[in-house]
Amino acid sequence: MTGAQRGEILQNSMTYGLFTGAFIMHYGAEKVGILVIPAGPGNTERQINLMRDFGTNMLHVTPSYALYLASVIYDKGFDPKRDFKLKRAYLGAEPYSEETRRKIEDMLGIDIYNCYGLTEMNGPGVGFECPYKSGLHIWEDNFLMEIINPETGEPLPDGEIGELVLTTLNREAMPLIRYRTRDLTRIIPEPCSCGRTHRRITRILGRSDDMFIVKGVNIFPQQIEQVLMSTKGVAQNYQIVLESYDEMTVKVEIDRELFDGKIEKLIKLKEEIIDKIRSATMVKPKVELLEPGTLPVSEGKAKRVIDNRTI
Amino acid sequence: MDKVYIISVFAENKPGRLERITKVLAEADINILAFSITSTNGFGIIKFMVNKCQEAYKLLKERGFTVSLNEAIGIEMKDQPGGLYEVVKILSSKGINIESASVYVAETRKKAYLIVEVEDTNKAMESLKEENLKFLKPEEIV
Repeated sequence: MTGAQRGEILQNSMTYGLFTGAFIMHYGAEKVGILVIPAGPGNTERQINLMRDFGTNMLHVTPSYALYLASVIYDKGFDPKRDFKLKRAYLGAEPYSEETRRKIEDMLGIDIYNCYGLTEMNGPGVGFECPYKSGLHIWEDNFLMEIINPETGEPLPDGEIGELVLTTLNREAMPLIRYRTRDLTRIIPEPCSCGRTHRRITRILGRSDDMFIVKGVNIFPQQIEQVLMSTKGVAQNYQIVLESYDEMTVKVEIDRELFDGKIEKLIKLKEEIIDKIRSATMVKPKVELLEPGTLPVSEGKAKRVIDNRTI
Repeated sequence: MDKVYIISVFAENKPGRLERITKVLAEADINILAFSITSTNGFGIIKFMVNKCQEAYKLLKERGFTVSLNEAIGIEMKDQPGGLYEVVKILSSKGINIESASVYVAETRKKAYLIVEVEDTNKAMESLKEENLKFLKPEEIV
């Protein structure tokens, strides 16, 4: 669909583990006859060495890491076109803008393709861009797609923004019928210039619930709340602040009654919260301990998540 | 032997925090005799020894500060070279670990007090009983 061919080399820099992202791309690439380097994320120096040693043609990576990788390649004085054999990159797991895509494409001299998927539907590859890069084709032979009004549950006509609902058509052991993704998008009904008849959706425009994504991991504020509720020394009020796609900051007020003037205890408390949130969500947060009364008091529905990220 | 008290206030590491706390004390005509700040990444604890500690504690609490009253020991030392050394030498020989410390200079170039918070105040005072040390009495804090 994007021109990847048998004999090419894919460097898979997504996290292997309890995350479908890396595995689905890995197995898919092997099926085509592509050599996969299971690099995993991080260790940029090694990523660059692998890319040079193996002559990597394709990257599967998050947008934020792609941007960072590209800047390191520049800082080290490489000329991407001369020193690498990169042709294309597959970006997913986080939202990113058209500007970011073009910036990375220009920096590395490659094509970047957007990918959509969700763990419940086996991971990436529910929708994929073709070389025209104008929306993601959903594999309609495998998924029945609908767009609904998230408030009423009523189906919406093609072209209107709503929640994407998917039904698996080929899955046998655990079919999902009208599964609500909570992802907001719209169907592009017009035929694509590439000639494929599978309809396209636009990039995901947001969520219809309060789930957010950090480091490619789905997190619900309730998970954080449960941790704080079960931790002695902190009050009930909290806030989650998101400034980037690979970091979350949890702000929490300390319990006035349990303060005893010992800083070691507060440091321990902070570490305890970090550990507990990490085991509950798989993402290590930054934690800020605040004076009681610092956070705005919830009026009705509390605004727990402050998302300052721009895509 | 007499214990003294230290007021501990939790503060985020942000401009203006110390100003807010000291304003309350100033307006109530409370004198700060010793003070220290311990800070870590993002937050800290400000500790004061004041002349009217119960009053200061109540007042800060009423004003919404996160505050606690902690026991401490005030040990007299000479305000001259070697003064601190003489005192901590004794503390370490007794295996007493200092959790936080500040200094109250009672008479410049003559007499000062090392104010320490330790894990177990009573136990520490008991073990220092036989030593040739002078302790700060609450009534001396004016």
